[in-house]
Amino acid sequence: MALIKCPGYPEDTLRSLAERLPCRETQLATLLALMGQPDQYSYPSVFIYGHRATGKSHVVLSIMKDLELPHASVDCVECVSSGLLFHQVLSAFFGPDAAALLPRCPSLSDFVRLYKQMSSNSPATQTRYIILDRAERMRDMDFSLLPALLRLQELVNDNVTVILLSEIVWEKFRPNTGCFEPLLFHFPDYSKAELVQILSWDHHPSYTPELYASYINILLGVFFSVCRDLRELRHLAVLNFSKFCEPLEKGEAKESDIHKLWKNIEPHLQRAMQTVYLREVSSVQWEQQFFFSPLPVVLSAHAHIELPYYSKFLLIAAYLASFNPARTDRRFFLKSHGKIRKTNFLKKHEKTSNHLLGPKPFPLDRLMAIFYSVVDSRVAPTASIFSQISSLVTLQLLSQVGHDDQLDSPKYKCSVSLDFILAISRCVCVCVRLYRYQYYKFLNDTQPYI
Amino acid sequence: MHVDYCEICDGKNIGTYSTASLLALSIIDLCETFYCHLGVNVPDHAMTFRSLCNLLQDSVTPFVVSVHAKECAAVKLLIQKVLEQLMGRGVSVDEEQEDDTALLQRTQCTIIFPQRTESLTNSDLPQSLPVVVIFKDFEAFNSQVLQDFILICSRYTQELPFIFIFGIATSPSAIQHRLPHSVSSLLCIEVFHSLSCTQHLASVFDKLILNSQFPFKLSSRVIQVLVGIFLYHDFSVQNFVKGLQFSMLEHFKSQPLSMLCCQKQEALLSAKTLSKKNVERIRHLPSFMRYVETQEPQEQVQLLTNDEHVKEVCQQLLKNLHKYHKNYYPILQCLHSLTSSLPKFPLGKHIRELHVSCIEKNLWETEEYDSALQLLRILAKDELVAALRKCAEILKSTKILQNVLQQLEDFIGRLEALEEDSSGNGIISGKMEYQRTDLFQLQKTLLEKESRRTKRMNPFEVLRSQVIEFIDSLVREYLTPAELQPLNEVCYYNSSGVLRQRLNVTPRTSIQAALSHPFYYLQNESLKTDAGTISSAAPDLCIVYKLHLECGRLINLYDWLEAFLTVMSAAEDQDTNSEDARFIQAVSEMEFLGFIKSTKQKTDHVARLTWGGC
Repeated sequence: MALIKCPGYPEDTLRSLAERLPCRETQLATLLALMGQPDQYSYPSVFIYGHRATGKSHVVLSIMKDLELPHASVDCVECVSSGLLFHQVLSAFFGPDAAALLPRCPSLSDFVRLYKQMSSNSPATQTRYIILDRAERMRDMDFSLLPALLRLQELVNDNVTVILLSEIVWEKFRPNTGCFEPLLFHFPDYSKAELVQILSWDHHPSYTPELYASYINILLGVFFSVCRDLRELRHLAVLNFSKFCEPLEKGEAKESDIHKLWKNIEPHLQRAMQTVYLREVSSVQWEQQFFFSPLPVVLSAHAHIELPYYSKFLLIAAYLASFNPARTDRRFFLKSHGKIRKTNFLKKHEKTSNHLLGPKPFPLDRLMAIFYSVVDSRVAPTASIFSQISSLVTLQLLSQVGHDDQLDSPKYKCSVSLDFILAISRCVCVCVRLYRYQYYKFLNDTQPYI
Repeated sequence: MHVDYCEICDGKNIGTYSTASLLALSIIDLCETFYCHLGVNVPDHAMTFRSLCNLLQDSVTPFVVSVHAKECAAVKLLIQKVLEQLMGRGVSVDEEQEDDTALLQRTQCTIIFPQRTESLTNSDLPQSLPVVVIFKDFEAFNSQVLQDFILICSRYTQELPFIFIFGIATSPSAIQHRLPHSVSSLLCIEVFHSLSCTQHLASVFDKLILNSQFPFKLSSRVIQVLVGIFLYHDFSVQNFVKGLQFSMLEHFKSQPLSMLCCQKQEALLSAKTLSKKNVERIRHLPSFMRYVETQEPQEQVQLLTNDEHVKEVCQQLLKNLHKYHKNYYPILQCLHSLTSSLPKFPLGKHIRELHVSCIEKNLWETEEYDSALQLLRILAKDELVAALRKCAEILKSTKILQNVLQQLEDFIGRLEALEEDSSGNGIISGKMEYQRTDLFQLQKTLLEKESRRTKRMNPFEVLRSQVIEFIDSLVREYLTPAELQPLNEVCYYNSSGVLRQRLNVTPRTSIQAALSHPFYYLQNESLKTDAGTISSAAPDLCIVYKLHLECGRLINLYDWLEAFLTVMSAAEDQDTNSEDARFIQAVSEMEFLGFIKSTKQKTDHVARLTWGGC
């Protein structure tokens, strides 16, 4: 490990810092070099970007905390207004009393004025840092805020540096009017070897680090192709480790018996692949699942939805209305539709799959007309039928197009997939045996459009 | 009635809670999250969440917040709402103050909280109490708001453990649809399923309807209407219970003899003191008339003339009715437990279906019953014994019908005693004499053999058919249809039409009825008209409506006006000046009601929005 030297900071702190930030030594060294000695003026603004879980915030905040530098760390998600940002910065630097001086709805100039006033009372002996996490949210705030923060050093005439942390590149930030260009600094993704090194850190106390390292190697061998997110990998490592150790605890294998352990864990990891990123269940439930069901359980998306009888039909009707061209309704839903010449029947643009084009909006009238012809039995147009439509909208199975307040001929879109509809229709068909044939005719008829 | 449902609800939540508390103690990943996966109906959820909220408040943490999507359109509002509920009303933000101040307290909140929790918890509890946020309708929340809220909370989770409870009506995969991975990976998720609403319905049925405790009963039609609304429209147990309450009110309001619908002693007492009018009413009850017809002529005269005699008979009949109900439900349960395991469920999967068919007609005359008995006749021994044991259990718990129970146990004993005997049977004994036969002879002997074999059943088969006959006799004795019992009108509410009209409303049909038959609502004699004619005495709106029914999709306003004037001219005494204005007013009312709208396709035309109804 290269020893990081930086004048002005205690050396042993730096060493422990470097130890705590594995695989980020180069970034640490560069950052420290950028910051310079504590009392020196630093670059006005630094923009740090990199993928999620590449240690951006962790590195920066560790530096700040360990070296005990004056800093204000603000998460931009919290700042629904710029006033909150100012409030947090001022209270971090000058105490809550200073922040209380801010007027209601403070403007940028209020902030600058107050900052100047405060810093003239207590001028900076060390560089002050403002760390803005999730800086991409700043773009939604006041348009002048970002350019102003980038050259805050000039504005307040104080030794202050703004560090922006973001997952997206600077090009997406640059305002139209141009601004002071911050120093760009990239945090690269961890390589596989680095991931192994980091993941091996949290090894289990009752097992040797070598065993854990080999476990991590196995884990990465399975998951590295689909997932490089450190956070997710750590979650998976914790989740599956007990399973890995099972033969050891039973005494069936020794720690050196890596091949046997691998044989044991491999099917479980394959199964875990199916739900990677999903986090549908907690660790407890995950283990129970293994315990109770030897067969792989695929957590199906549609397994549990139960809807009232007519809601199912409404949903089917909405699906048909969304994916069938209105022109063909006569052919599908009228008993005596007459002959339609096959050649003219499909227009050229309709031959491309409607599923690639997505659902189309349809008016309520059309939905109801298709509904009545699909249900086949006489249904009174009761209030509860219509309230079912609105409850389908609430469940986000349908979505209303246009404004919510539109009472006059509202339009809807169906927002569920074909699989879902097929599952539902199967269920309805079980309920009504008489209906089965007709329904399948419907679906067969719709096949050209699917 | 209401309380009963609450109990059911609570029972469920206690189950949920026990796991919840376990988890609250386990390692907290970042923000702990529970999905309560509920059915689709909304009215029931409010109650579930209220009791869940109370339970959590009593036993886990005082900091329970429940939020509704309607109130939280933005993160700011959501946080404000949460803080308001957490800090109590006293600390809540002044309404005059800016919204932002509430948000500023967000940061203070982290300071305030540990202090508060310290003051509240004893030193025995090392960990600080979590803050529970219940999102009642997860699907309705704006996903951006949720994401931001979760991100913000995850920043404070070191100092302040958060637990989110999402009420999800569709499926747990909704979470992946609504939240991106960067947010959902902050959560440690546990899924809970509530009981399905049909199971809830079954328990409500068990406690309220299939129970002899309550004298008020529903007829088969009414049950079908209520269950139909439940299954076809809303899946809401609460609405079902409301329907039940409504039918009870309606029964006591509309049926004067419902004064006899109470507990046995009271009913007998009030039967003794029946007024003359009520005696007359009893005589007019269809079921009583049927009863009278079955009596001797001497008795008939007595019943029709002597009030005192009617009262006595009435008491006897009421006693019989109560006894009938007492016996009916256990036997119904027995029959259900016997038939519910049969393939294809000939008598229905749920006991309510069986109940409906029992009270409406003679069950033993139906085809389904025959096929059920057929299936019972081929049951294997162990299945039969198990089913009979179940019946015995049911009868034991009710403590009535002891003789039936006795017989059942007797049968079970005999079935079990059969062990060895059954082995040596079914083989036709006797030596065959081999001889030359012609075809006819062969046929004859084969037929003989066949008939001999069918005649000779083994002891188990004999016993089994005895058991089936016994069950059949029970059904014929105790499951006679309630609607044939004398005086059933006292207890049974049967106007299903009224119920359907009230609970399953059809706004458009009633508007159309009002417009085409104004007499129906206004009760004015002069409005009575024959079908097809338009009376000038009717309100303008009705005339305009009837005229528009004769038009196509587009209506020419001038023609319409002409027709209107023609109708109006039938009544001479009207002054003609105001008719244009009245027509215009009526047309705009039609537009307001949604029957027509203005169109740009043709000038001077309006478009019709409804079809049919002519």
